[in-house]
Amino acid sequence: MSAALLARVLADPVEAQALDGDGWTGLIAAARAEQLAGTLGHRLKGLDMPHAAGRLLADARAAAAQGRTAALWEAEMARRVLRDMPVVLLKGTAFVAAGLQAGVGRSIGDCDILVPRERIEEAERALLAAGWEWVKPDPYDDHYYRRWMHELPPLIHRDRDRMIDVHHTILPLTARITPDVGALLADSVALENGLRVLSHADMLCHAAAHLFADGDLSGGLRNLWDIHCLVEDGGTAGLAERAMLHGLTRPMARALRLSHDLFGTAVPVEHRQLRAGDRWYRARLLARDGWGRPVRPLLRQAFYLRSHGLRMPPAMLARHLWIKWRKGGQGPS
Amino acid sequence: MRHATTLRIGPVGFRIGSDWRAPLAVLDRLYRDYPRPRDDVADFTVRLEAVRPWRRFVRPSVRIAGDYMLADAAPLPLSLGLLAAEMGMNLQMALGQRRWLLLHASAVERDGRALLMTGVSGAGKSTLSALLMARGWRFLGDEFALLDPETGLLHPFPRLISLKNAAIAVAEAALPDARFGPLLADTPKGAIRHLIPDARAIAAMDAPVQPSLVLFPSFGHAVAVRPVAGSEAFVRFTQASTNYVALGERGFDALTGLVRDVPALAIDYPDTQSALDLVERLWREAAR
Repeated sequence: MSAALLARVLADPVEAQALDGDGWTGLIAAARAEQLAGTLGHRLKGLDMPHAAGRLLADARAAAAQGRTAALWEAEMARRVLRDMPVVLLKGTAFVAAGLQAGVGRSIGDCDILVPRERIEEAERALLAAGWEWVKPDPYDDHYYRRWMHELPPLIHRDRDRMIDVHHTILPLTARITPDVGALLADSVALENGLRVLSHADMLCHAAAHLFADGDLSGGLRNLWDIHCLVEDGGTAGLAERAMLHGLTRPMARALRLSHDLFGTAVPVEHRQLRAGDRWYRARLLARDGWGRPVRPLLRQAFYLRSHGLRMPPAMLARHLWIKWRKGGQGPS
Repeated sequence: MRHATTLRIGPVGFRIGSDWRAPLAVLDRLYRDYPRPRDDVADFTVRLEAVRPWRRFVRPSVRIAGDYMLADAAPLPLSLGLLAAEMGMNLQMALGQRRWLLLHASAVERDGRALLMTGVSGAGKSTLSALLMARGWRFLGDEFALLDPETGLLHPFPRLISLKNAAIAVAEAALPDARFGPLLADTPKGAIRHLIPDARAIAAMDAPVQPSLVLFPSFGHAVAVRPVAGSEAFVRFTQASTNYVALGERGFDALTGLVRDVPALAIDYPDTQSALDLVERLWREAAR
């Protein structure tokens, strides 16, 4: 129930003014669980609220500010090592580097970058020489990443303990959808320091692909909030054509419908009405209670299975799950 | 959750939910004299959950969860539910606290100034703080000292004092009138018994204190005292802080301020009596 409250408050901060102490505690617990505490802190800044809640949200803003500094520093470290090739920042790091609304208060985990596929081995060698190390020592995992994934196995810096994900495209190679990575790179935009970010429409396409064409919607509410902010910042002009180019028309349309439904995003009229299947996605995005607990385990399990179905054909999936199961792999959290 | 309680330790409010009544009943009894969170808004949520639905009843096993969690934390049997709640609260502080620089240290106050004691696990900082409380010092905390980056003051965090193994009998003898929690015999760290801070420590827990001496105690050697340079104290504190890196520049400024303004000594002691005498002698000398 409380992820629903969180979504309502993000959409309309005035909703928070009706909350009592328990309501605030539940709201903050849900926001932390969804990695949206810093975002909530900025969204509610200046609003009349209990002093204790105000202090917690100020702490969340300070934590996000420090996270932003650290993320920009990681991007700079990558830039210095990969100075000879185009480096496109993705997700949270890109949002803060480009000064976008989606980056305000956002929690940022790994440093995600996109480089041309033909130069990815060069990028890996350069990063390994500069202090990054492999995280996954397992040979099967390593092989799996290199053969089938859209990124290198994750690398972690031995001194700063920060992870970098080096992508060569934005969806796994095994997925049915194959975005036009040449267009992503060609239309990326240079920042002042030489690092690049995706064009506005491609940022939205990537966010929608990440949310609905990959993964099990864990942390999905934050990704949907990214989409809301991106649309509010730059609109949807040319978006439909771009989504079609990448084969992402359906995920994009679903993202716009749900963003409008949950956050009141100003999307084109044809995306203002939920479709039948959207209810399940909506329920999954809001499956978190006021204690920060994941709820609706069967729905979560279904989306977990769906994520594997999206990623690879059935026979390959069976083989993959068999190997992971024998290794003691984990189900959804 | 099925059962819930709230409490406040120093400036930090907690909400603890549990699938069982028993751990919260103990918690409510031991924290009887503590207030509720300010404005009824808890800083942190702790959850004591059954690892599987049926494990509420069959070999009940407590998973420690909350706003901030460790992925690989081992569950505890329900008989150690109190310990699980305490660990859950400590975990929220260690992983989630961003307002103050968290120093893994015990602290006591006398004449309006604070003594900080920090060291590796087993150095005796909990025991020494409890015994100094028995000798009239105001107890500020045995686990975390909260250093305010804005003011340089220490905020008390007087949670239950966690006594381990041999320290239990020592504290029971020194504090015959004090209230204790149940004896938890078979914890992963041996026997644990919680000592409730005295009424004065709880009544004054909202009053921050200026730090004035840092000690790095070390148990098991003949009495010795060695001055610790600010640079060494700085490095030791960065290792003894769970949120130093996360605070960034604020953490650096707070810590450099502390080691610049407050003298630090490393002390060796062979037994608690000589430690107490030594601490009080050094305190008098530092005050001069």
